[in-house]
Amino acid sequence: MSSLSATIEGIGFWCNGLPDWPAARAYAQGAGLPDDAPARPSPQVLAPNERRRAPESVAVALEVALAACLDAQQSPATLASVFASTHGDLAITDYMCSTLVEDPRALSPTRFHNSVHNAAAGYWTIGNRCVRATTAISAFDASFAQGLLEALLQLAAGEPAVLLVGYDTASPGPLAPISHSEGTLGGALVLSGAGHIGKPRLRATLVDGNVQPARGALARLAAGNAMAPMLPLFDALALGDDAALLKAGPGRVLRVEIAHG
Amino acid sequence: MPSSPSLQTTLLDCMPPLAIRAYTATTALGRGRAAQLDALRARRGGLRPNDFGSRDFGTAALDTWIGRIDGLEDTALPAEYAAWECRNNRLAWLALQQDDILDTVAAMRDRHGATRVAIVLGTSTASIGETEDAYARLDDGAFPADMARPNVHTPHSLGGFVQQATGLRGPCVTVATACSSSAKVFAQAARLIQAGVVDAALVGGVDTLCGSVLFGFNSLGLVSSAPCRPFDSARDGLSLGEAGGFAVLERTPDRAGRGGEEGLQLRGYGESSDAHHMSAPHPEGLGARLAMGDALARAGITAGDIGYLNLHGTATPANDAVEARAVAALFPDTLHASSTKGWTGHTLGAAGIVESVFALLALEHGLLPGTLHSSTADPACGAQIRFDNAQRRIDHAMNNSFGFGGNNCSLVFGRA
Repeated sequence: MSSLSATIEGIGFWCNGLPDWPAARAYAQGAGLPDDAPARPSPQVLAPNERRRAPESVAVALEVALAACLDAQQSPATLASVFASTHGDLAITDYMCSTLVEDPRALSPTRFHNSVHNAAAGYWTIGNRCVRATTAISAFDASFAQGLLEALLQLAAGEPAVLLVGYDTASPGPLAPISHSEGTLGGALVLSGAGHIGKPRLRATLVDGNVQPARGALARLAAGNAMAPMLPLFDALALGDDAALLKAGPGRVLRVEIAHG
Repeated sequence: MPSSPSLQTTLLDCMPPLAIRAYTATTALGRGRAAQLDALRARRGGLRPNDFGSRDFGTAALDTWIGRIDGLEDTALPAEYAAWECRNNRLAWLALQQDDILDTVAAMRDRHGATRVAIVLGTSTASIGETEDAYARLDDGAFPADMARPNVHTPHSLGGFVQQATGLRGPCVTVATACSSSAKVFAQAARLIQAGVVDAALVGGVDTLCGSVLFGFNSLGLVSSAPCRPFDSARDGLSLGEAGGFAVLERTPDRAGRGGEEGLQLRGYGESSDAHHMSAPHPEGLGARLAMGDALARAGITAGDIGYLNLHGTATPANDAVEARAVAALFPDTLHASSTKGWTGHTLGAAGIVESVFALLALEHGLLPGTLHSSTADPACGAQIRFDNAQRRIDHAMNNSFGFGGNNCSLVFGRA
């Protein structure tokens, strides 16, 4: 295929121990973990009462999405968006399936509408009064690469800038040994078609191949999370590396070349 | 309170038309598109009193009507795909057997190469019914061994299964934006083809009945105890259904879509967000109007060119009034618009593909379905909302699919 390219206008990041991209970048470059990292993301897009009640998946997705928009100096209301998650909110899946066994008529309507895979996308567009297109996808362990591809396709189709968010949360209860995922992890990029001095530019190409186990510091720290396949890109961005390989499907790789501005 | 986001006027380029090489749907009306056409023409609905339970919900079973597909319990997947076993993938496999889909996919693979054909599929529930069943059979807190298959307890179960069943190696994605899922797959596939990443795509969607959606929609007070009556002034909720469907899209020979060949085409798509509420539509239909407007703009036509519009029309009090007003604001009174959910039930993540198939049947056969079970139009309905079937040749058809989260998609189909 011909390559697709974009400028990385802004980056957002959150994982247990690293509550923002500056801390994550420093950690990838050899610094330690900050002492005072919060236990849970606190997305400012939501009103305080919604912030406390939000599912963990929604909280981390909105936290990193807003951080990426602030870093890019872009208004969230103007951006089309792509939300990629391997499993969606596993705690809600666990709640739904348990409640259906115990007392199906007791199912919570709020938790039901929060169970949709596009819950984070919905709360993001509602919270920002954003009427632009948003999508929510999964491609198992290729979810982030397929999300990045879709974001690049939207730029190619004429969007001036697109928000990409990848996130997954911990797998509780009987699902834990089946749908593996530990901790909370989110990463976001605001991508644009324009070139800007001082901003990294990426070029992505689908090729045959397999991804080797990642050795970067972020990839090792959050290795147990289902969105870990995105971490080679964030390690490369932190270290100024010129390439990262992302799993894009069985026997397929999205090769991302990075030109640092 | 900030003011509402306004309707923006967007200036979109026309998209290159994409050829539709094959298309199919399997619903409560039967298997394949001939069964759909016969039932639509005869106004023979597929809803039945709720008898669904892959296990017994006992006294909790809901008093409602459902669009259930017969025979899924009796037809196992071929042994080579046993790891993918679940009701949703059984329906996917059944739908793939209809209307030359697999042969057409094979022809695309031969013509373009396996890495040059994408798979983009929509689902809302994926195979959560299998996860529900595993929870009902927990063995000392753990999934029973025959259910401990990680590939099915995840939203990409559908995409992963179809990828293995077709041998395609292009991008393979599951779109899960609730009830707009399998409409948005056409938009994503169009972008993949337009950007030159692939030359063809298998699109579609599958959703199956399960406890989560039956009791979930019931918890929201959105389920009717009678067969659903879209756009009727006495409507009181939806009927749930299950369905699967597919279409094969291919790049047209030149950018204008010419090439001396006749056939059906995807001509436009529009996607938007309501920015209003997780499970209630924007009161003025803002997102619906943006999606329909963008789909018309990408197709390079005006509202007066649409001959049939398949509405989202769920038969919930809120959705239908808002959608009727949005349609009345955009379209002339001559439009024939209808909801077909009285035939199939609301098939959720499969509604986009099923109702795109109905729009394509209208283009191919001139059958414009009306609205089943409804008799007295809601006062919000303009002259566009039709309860009776009609028969006439049309040149363009549109399909609306709207989902939770305020996620909207409209599609325009035409012919070369």
